Amino acid sequence: MPQPIHLKDPGGDSRIFIARTLFSALLVLALMGMILARYYDLQINDYEIYRTQSERNRVQLQSLPPKRGLIYDRNGVLLADNRPSHILSIIRERVDDLDATLGELQTLLPISESDLENFQQKLQRRRPYEAVPLRFRLTEEERALLAVNRHRMPGVTVDAQLVRHYPYGDLFSHAVGYVGRINEQEAERLDERDYRGTFHVGKVGVEKFYEDLLLGEVGYQNVETNAHGRVLRVLERFDPVPGADITLHLDFHLQQTAVEALGGQRGAVVAIDPLTGGVLALVSTPGYDSNLFVNGISSADYKILRNSPDVPLFNRAVQGQYPPGSTVKPMMAMAGLQSGLVTPETTVADPGWYSLPGDSRRYRDWILKIRGTGHAPRVDMHMAVAESCDVYFYDLARRLTIDRMHDYLLGYGLGQRTGVDTTNERPGVLPSTRWKRDAMNQPWYPGETLSAGIGQGYMLATPMQLAAATSVLATRGLYRAPRLLRSIAGEPQLSDPRETISAPPAYWDAVHESMVAVVHSTRGTARKIGEGMRYQMASKTGTSQVIGIAQNAIYVESEVAERHRNHGLFIAFAPYEAPTIAVAVIVENGGGASAASPIARAVLDAWLVDEAPVEEASGDASGEVPGQAPGAALVDE
Amino acid sequence: MSDYVRQLQIPGDSSDLSRRAPLALRLHLDLPLLLLLTLLTVFGLVVLYSAAGQKMAALIRQGQYFLLAFCVMFVAAQIDLKRYQRWSPWFYVLGVMLLVGVMFFGVGAKGAQRWLSVGGFRFQPSEILKLVMPLTVAWYLSSRGLPPRFKYVIACLLLVALPSGLILMQPDLGTALLIAASGLFVLFVAGIGWSYILGAFLLACLSAWPVWMYVLKDYQKQRILTLLNPESDKLGAGWNIIQSKTAIGSGGWDGKGWLNGTQSQLDFLPESHTDFIIAVLAEEFGMRGVLALMSIYLLIVLRGFWITVRANSNFGRMVAGSVTLTFFVYIFVNMGMVAGLLPVVGVPLPLVSAGGTSVVTLMAGFGLLMAVATADSGRLR
Repeated sequence: MPQPIHLKDPGGDSRIFIARTLFSALLVLALMGMILARYYDLQINDYEIYRTQSERNRVQLQSLPPKRGLIYDRNGVLLADNRPSHILSIIRERVDDLDATLGELQTLLPISESDLENFQQKLQRRRPYEAVPLRFRLTEEERALLAVNRHRMPGVTVDAQLVRHYPYGDLFSHAVGYVGRINEQEAERLDERDYRGTFHVGKVGVEKFYEDLLLGEVGYQNVETNAHGRVLRVLERFDPVPGADITLHLDFHLQQTAVEALGGQRGAVVAIDPLTGGVLALVSTPGYDSNLFVNGISSADYKILRNSPDVPLFNRAVQGQYPPGSTVKPMMAMAGLQSGLVTPETTVADPGWYSLPGDSRRYRDWILKIRGTGHAPRVDMHMAVAESCDVYFYDLARRLTIDRMHDYLLGYGLGQRTGVDTTNERPGVLPSTRWKRDAMNQPWYPGETLSAGIGQGYMLATPMQLAAATSVLATRGLYRAPRLLRSIAGEPQLSDPRETISAPPAYWDAVHESMVAVVHSTRGTARKIGEGMRYQMASKTGTSQVIGIAQNAIYVESEVAERHRNHGLFIAFAPYEAPTIAVAVIVENGGGASAASPIARAVLDAWLVDEAPVEEASGDASGEVPGQAPGAALVDE
Repeated sequence: MSDYVRQLQIPGDSSDLSRRAPLALRLHLDLPLLLLLTLLTVFGLVVLYSAAGQKMAALIRQGQYFLLAFCVMFVAAQIDLKRYQRWSPWFYVLGVMLLVGVMFFGVGAKGAQRWLSVGGFRFQPSEILKLVMPLTVAWYLSSRGLPPRFKYVIACLLLVALPSGLILMQPDLGTALLIAASGLFVLFVAGIGWSYILGAFLLACLSAWPVWMYVLKDYQKQRILTLLNPESDKLGAGWNIIQSKTAIGSGGWDGKGWLNGTQSQLDFLPESHTDFIIAVLAEEFGMRGVLALMSIYLLIVLRGFWITVRANSNFGRMVAGSVTLTFFVYIFVNMGMVAGLLPVVGVPLPLVSAGGTSVVTLMAGFGLLMAVATADSGRLR
């Protein structure tokens, strides 16, 4: 290419270039200075701000929920274990449009209103980058669906967590209780540091009473995450301390026997080992499937339980307060002997009814409607207990007076909470003049003493109290607070006995013999259940009125509506010579003690006669059949 | 004329002179520049290893790019300046044609059409222009007297505007600006009057509104808006800037240590091995590392200016000045944008960011610079 030739001035050009280059160099230095100033500002002046920000970015404190302690029966049968359950959670910070994500999730799997409500509540309390649970118990199918669609939904995670499971469904519902998801009130009350990462808390029963033991201690790990929230490595880790495994005194076989013996009737059975105070069986029927509550019961299911006239959620064993009826008679007999008002030989005339001196009102004996007369012309203590003579105890009660009666019966634990280690226990009522003044602001009337003498009127007791009282009878005056907990992580838990009734052995002998005669004599009120019995039991029948019966009216069972029929009660301990079990049974509206006594016999047989079929029971009944309602297999057996 | 005459004398003495000249000069290498560039590439590879997730493969690939780039530089340094001067208009024409070709046959990604694919080999014609642009303007001015007169300035502006406009339409704002700048720098070095510069500056301010309204794409506007207020879109467009500022700031003076940058190693930092690699360096090596890198860059730029001043031909001066200034623009725009001073325009950190194209182009530019530095007429006087 031909170059046009120009005359140029190299010296002049050179000056221009030098000037421009110098200017450029200065500009470069200035701009570099500006950049450096910016970096100085970021790296030196605002270092702390950005350092904190980068730490927050990457390091996440994650809680490691502890494994909840397991609950065993006395023979090692697992009553409450933990099973992996898949939880769908959302990390809010990683979700752009929460509503859209929730909407999309709802097209994939069912999410109930209560799930959403729960989720929204927890969303308010979360720490940044904390996974907030939305749905529990994902099925295999749901997990697969989520796995396929997850890439479209950042911030949505599926984690496995151990969640409580009750292998025997409703068999132990009232004995063990259940855990449930922490609700808002509980969230206020609980120390949230202890419940980081734990979604469940003991709601009722042993699960609630021993919450502190079972919960364990939460662990933490500092994890480094990437921008997508994936954990890359664990910087430091404080392992969670699993909750203690606890063993209860409960006996699977006994519990099962009691439930079967109740056979669908409403009632309660409490069995206690009098030597330890250990609760061997705690049954309240109907029960419910505890598993329903673990991950939030549906409102439909809850409504059914709530509105059932059989009140399945009501723990009759500790909450049910019933007039103990004639079951107090052995205790009354002891009080009579202790007070010196009677001896075993003392007799009382029994025309079938009793009147207070100077009062024409007749207090009838239950035998009157059957025989038209009393038990015998004269009744002594042995006969009074064995045949459950009301007149004898009307007379004794009158002479004892209500306040002394109160003091003597107090030693059996009536009128106060037994302190059994479960929740919602009621104290019952052991009336006295003072009690009536305090509770009702009314004076005590003499006729009320007679009712109290046969365990009616104001007197109320829970099955737990009656079992504890029976245990006091069995141990000749030693009171042990009933306990469900047998050992913590293999460490036995003993409860100290307290001698609450101090009486000569002869008194105890006399009362025990009269109780033995209830079953083991030709005129005993429960002689029917004694057939083929390989041991001797001391017991007492009881019937408690549900409705008041007008003066002179006769109670005819068949004419009374089912719900108004009398409750049947029965207390017993056995073997009579060296008691190893004390039991109290109540059958609501059973009509009379005859509804309760065979149940007690079945329970005592199971304890004393049967080879306890531990092996058979220790297997997980529902584990083999996925999808089947837990416990269903047992009911069918 | 005098250039021409001096060069005519050379063939006669060349064998004699080359025997006396040191090896580097005979190989047309500028040793200080070569040393600085080597230092820079090594430093760059160290940072890249960390930024690319400690993958050896990425390091090897980048090393291969460097090897290729040094070869290109070496070849570029051997070519006589006269040849560049003669060839540049033809390259310009070819470059513009290729850019037009991109418009019709180009392939691309993310809504931009930047690549030409020939027989499975993909390349960006705009990269060619990065070198051709200053050469062409320098060629045009070198024969027309300095400082350039008004009509020549207008002609130069048209020369610059044509390829820049084509690239802007791809659209690739960053490259368009760099190429326009490389052309304009020639004008500046050539001594264009300050009145032009001031006037252009005013015009740029006045045209900002129509450019904003009609020229800039939405994503480009978004970048500028995000720059002004990164907090407005924390997880979207602002994420990059917030994360890169956090990376830089958290490095402090000492840095978190090589391979220990949490922002970069944990994917918080986007584009950590390409455009945002300075944030990795700042996080892991701290302000000390930034100062070290800046020093190397500054020395390279100053060496470039030295070559500019010492060059003997006007063509060489203009080319050297423009190449040096363009190199600095890379540095300034990249470091500025990562630190949140400038909008994110997609300019790599020269010779540190991963990627072959920019490395090869840049090293070819340095080859050009060495050709200027070792031009017989320049050194042997």
